Amino acid sequence: MRKKVKANKKSRTIKGSERATELTFIAPSLLGVLVFFILPFFVVIYYSIIDNPINKEFVFLDNFKAIIENEAFVLAAKNTTIFSVIAVPLVVVLSLLLALLLDSKIPFKSQLRASFLCPMMVPIASVVLIWQVMFHKNGTVNQIFEIFEAQPVDWLKSNQGMVVVIIMFLWKNLGYNMILFLAAISNIPGDIMEVATLEGAGSIYKFFHLKLRYLSPTILFVTILSLINSFKIFREVYLLTGDYPFDALYMLQHFMNNTFNLLEYQKLSSAAIIMSIVMVVIIGIMFIVEYWFGKDVE
Amino acid sequence: MMKTVSVKKQKRRQKVANVFLTIFAILCAVLFLFPTVMTIANSFMTQKEINANYGAMISNFDESEGKKTYISEKLNLKLIPDKVSVEQYKTVLLKSSDYLMKFWNSVILVVPIVLFQIIVACLAAYSFARYRGKLKELLFFLYVILMLMPYQVTLVPNYLVADTLGLLDTRMSIILPGIFAPFSVFLLAKVMRRIPTSFIEAAKLDGAGEVQIFTQICLPLSKSAIFSVVLLLFIDYWNMVEQPLIMLSDSDYHPLSVFLSKINSGDVGLAFAVAVIYMIPTLLMFFYGEDYLVEGIAYSGGIKG
Repeated sequence: MRKKVKANKKSRTIKGSERATELTFIAPSLLGVLVFFILPFFVVIYYSIIDNPINKEFVFLDNFKAIIENEAFVLAAKNTTIFSVIAVPLVVVLSLLLALLLDSKIPFKSQLRASFLCPMMVPIASVVLIWQVMFHKNGTVNQIFEIFEAQPVDWLKSNQGMVVVIIMFLWKNLGYNMILFLAAISNIPGDIMEVATLEGAGSIYKFFHLKLRYLSPTILFVTILSLINSFKIFREVYLLTGDYPFDALYMLQHFMNNTFNLLEYQKLSSAAIIMSIVMVVIIGIMFIVEYWFGKDVE
Repeated sequence: MMKTVSVKKQKRRQKVANVFLTIFAILCAVLFLFPTVMTIANSFMTQKEINANYGAMISNFDESEGKKTYISEKLNLKLIPDKVSVEQYKTVLLKSSDYLMKFWNSVILVVPIVLFQIIVACLAAYSFARYRGKLKELLFFLYVILMLMPYQVTLVPNYLVADTLGLLDTRMSIILPGIFAPFSVFLLAKVMRRIPTSFIEAAKLDGAGEVQIFTQICLPLSKSAIFSVVLLLFIDYWNMVEQPLIMLSDSDYHPLSVFLSKINSGDVGLAFAVAVIYMIPTLLMFFYGEDYLVEGIAYSGGIKG
């Protein structure tokens, strides 16, 4: 009896020291995350339900109502949504195709991989000038249009601006996603593919019924990653067109910047909370979908 | 007999397809490289040649009329300079120290963020990898959600803290939240979880303490992953735009990633050289660390560890 108690005590002290190291190692990170992200987020929630930082009167959903009715916010949300809905599927499909291209039996693979990855390494600010020259009213693209006698377009000052931004997004992000797909393709068990080939399965059948099945978790991951990256498109728009873009290119981050400049905490807070709710819902859906698909493959 | 013919035919068809695929892939690669190569090529043009080719981008502000006038309507994207010259680089490096200052601004924002984020993340990742439990999984999930939040969300709490601590308009308002960003914790925890527990158990039997296990087993085994995270972090922060615009109202402190777009319309003649100087660090990293980079990207795939 006594022995048992002693042993118990010993194991508990080991556990205690383990808990101590566990906490020591994570402490700096946890402290920083708490101070800079989690705790102030509660302040953000608080600001979103009071009328102003001086009066501090509780107004419940009024700020949210105001933001949803705010024209600038609606425009920014609409543009960002349009952009994401077009750009994300495009980038997922095209990067999968690029990965399959590099997986096929072609020469110069490593050089091709490097070229596709190159845009990711180059700061947008460095190449923005070239993009401006290409899509200027008198720029290269319009000169090419002229050869084919097509109507020239004032790309950056019209609704067509979205096209330019989508191209820039694809250019920047395809390489990263392609690497993710290449890694996933190399993880597909080779024997299954061989059996399928011996059974006489065509390459199209193999792609849709086998490869896509194994790639589905990666497809989901690339989708969510691209969605997150699509919210960063402000960078391209800002560097391309400055503080005041054409209406069609007015993004959520523009709205946030302007609201920061005016120090309107209530607007900022409620906008941030609406966006975080949307993000959590999207991430939640992704987790559920990945859970179901993951089970299927195993 | 029939069969061998059809196999041969199929093989030939495969070959033709491969030729087309190769040509297509090379065309794609050219398109991907185009903007970068153009920027580098144009940085060797003289001011005169730039003015002649990019007149429609270069404006002079006319005081009397109160509007911008462009020196010409012409715009002509040109790959090969008439005369290769380092005039642009000379002007940037010797005469206008402004751009060098902005480059320095980038360096002192990005280097501390990358350095300290890696240190903090290695420690936290070790804790996540070694000790698991319900509460820990929940915490890890919180880190993942935080990692996936866009700047539009995270900058608001960051701003409030910076305001409270009186850090606004100082570099610390960007560096401190940057150090604690959860991306590298997530990635390194996933890598460290792959280290076989038998390694650690063996070290323990030999009498190694936690600190020794961490510094002599975990860190060396994760070395290449740590290096690839450094690359990914550096590229990301070298490209920062959102944070300086909100945290630093004084544009003297702005990094080159923001400032470059502002000089574009004025000094197009210098812009190409500045642009090239700005991409040199990341391009060098790419040339020397491409394999690490690819490995790092592959690690980041999949939310679950």
